[in-house]
Amino acid sequence: MSIKLNLHTTPSVPLEAEVITPQRFASLSNEDIAALPVQHGNELAKLGDFFTVSGSANGEIELEGDLRLVKMIGQGMSSGRIVIAGDVGMHVGAIMSGGEIVVEGNATDWAGAEMLGGQILIRGNAGHGLGCGYRGSRIGMRGGQIFVQGNAGSETGGAMRGGLIAIGGNSGDFTGVNMRAGTIIALGEIGWRSGASMLRGTIVTMQPARILPTFGYACTYQPNFLRFYLLHLRAMGLPVSDEQVNGYYQRYSGDSIELNRGEILVFAG
Amino acid sequence: MRIQTTEIVDTFAEAFKMWAARVIITAATPQWAMAAAQSMTGFATSIIGCKCEAGIENEIPADETPDGRPGVSVLLFAMNAEGVGKRLVERVGQCVMTCPTTSCFNGLPDAPETVVVGGQLRYFGDGYQISKVLNGRRFWRIPVMEGEFVVEESFGVQPAIGGGNLLILGPDVPATLRATEAAVEAMRTVNGIILPFPGGVVRSGSKTSSRYKFLFASTNDAYCPTLRAFAPETHVPPEAGCVLEIVIDGLDMDVTAESMRRGIQAAAEQEAMQISAGNYGGTLGQYHIRLHDLLMETTDEH
Repeated sequence: MSIKLNLHTTPSVPLEAEVITPQRFASLSNEDIAALPVQHGNELAKLGDFFTVSGSANGEIELEGDLRLVKMIGQGMSSGRIVIAGDVGMHVGAIMSGGEIVVEGNATDWAGAEMLGGQILIRGNAGHGLGCGYRGSRIGMRGGQIFVQGNAGSETGGAMRGGLIAIGGNSGDFTGVNMRAGTIIALGEIGWRSGASMLRGTIVTMQPARILPTFGYACTYQPNFLRFYLLHLRAMGLPVSDEQVNGYYQRYSGDSIELNRGEILVFAG
Repeated sequence: MRIQTTEIVDTFAEAFKMWAARVIITAATPQWAMAAAQSMTGFATSIIGCKCEAGIENEIPADETPDGRPGVSVLLFAMNAEGVGKRLVERVGQCVMTCPTTSCFNGLPDAPETVVVGGQLRYFGDGYQISKVLNGRRFWRIPVMEGEFVVEESFGVQPAIGGGNLLILGPDVPATLRATEAAVEAMRTVNGIILPFPGGVVRSGSKTSSRYKFLFASTNDAYCPTLRAFAPETHVPPEAGCVLEIVIDGLDMDVTAESMRRGIQAAAEQEAMQISAGNYGGTLGQYHIRLHDLLMETTDEH
């Protein structure tokens, strides 16, 4: 039986609840969990002031309620599983190194920011800065996998250096900005200035894209590596078609203002 | 022991500890995957002369391969893990990377040890190679004139069995070939084994000695029908005119033994005169596979 957290009092201002991780809950009684500190605006509060705690710790946490103002859930988690029944606030899964987070609704900004490992599945939409590096950081997501079945906002995978971000819908402007390595696949469109200043890494889109003039067209070909990435996405529930798996892609190399070792692959049918 | 008219000699096959890797080759068509697999397994009949033994395990339908394309599974055996690694780098580099549309994947992801293959071949990319990591497995994309060659960084290697064998004796070449071919077909229905010689059959079985100082293996005179009246020792019955051998390498003893059992049964159904096995008196190999034990054991399906 997992630990269940039911939101009984909706926070009036953002609630910083980075204590909600399986490793933090391990070996704690429900009373101890309820006594864990959270930051409610400028006031220190207890988790139990907002959540009813039930169940028992087995490495999994289930959360229910309107969590749009609850931030940092799963931040820094290293193992276990968190299932969020609806929408969730900022920084979910940021800096996590292991385990799995499932968001049944939408996630707002900075989901998986500077993530190191593990997996995040967002069944709705994701906000800005998905898997991105924080302001001032040179490196964003370094490992792990993020799957978004809906759309993602701007700066998805910014400064990313490893791992996989897969988006079932569209990804916003500056997707993969300052990217160092890793893979971003959008089954929809990518926004304007995607790949700006990228050094290495791969951005894939299944829709026509406006490519920065600092990217050069190389060829239209069938990238074999993409086949097992797309089959993996399909296995994770994203709507990948056979045409996309077997299809041709335009390859653009860039950003030439940097190393020019990055690539944008645009589905060509 | 007899199966119908076939005598099963009370002897054993003397097999050796080897190390093995499984290579999954995929390509745009089954034909190109097979072309690469055949090239990679060429000149790999015997560890003595070829530095490794390799063969095609089976064809793999597209929906069972890592990239959804038709594939072929190849097994490669050598005496130690390092040897497997060296041969893989040579053969994947020269025979798979060169073949149009292919990609190359590790077929033993849970093996206890790994050897670096793609991680060495990547240098062919001359700095233009690209690394990709998915689910903890690293792949290299090496740019080639046709597009890109994708090869996995490391391949699993595991302890394995080499040198299992059957000797099939018949009255003449056509009858012996018929029985041997049936045995080969039956043995290949077991996953995890290869028969590394041409068509799975070797006619020039060897002993581990020679009258010449520069040669450490020579013809198995005890099984040469033409020497029956001349050699110091013969195992060829007067009515036998041909002996053919099937050498088998397997990923473990279970699949090796099961394959041999199926081979014996199939050869006997084709009325082989006698079925025996090659050994060195039990002094060299770590494994003794007794033919009678194979036929008495109830084995699981593989």
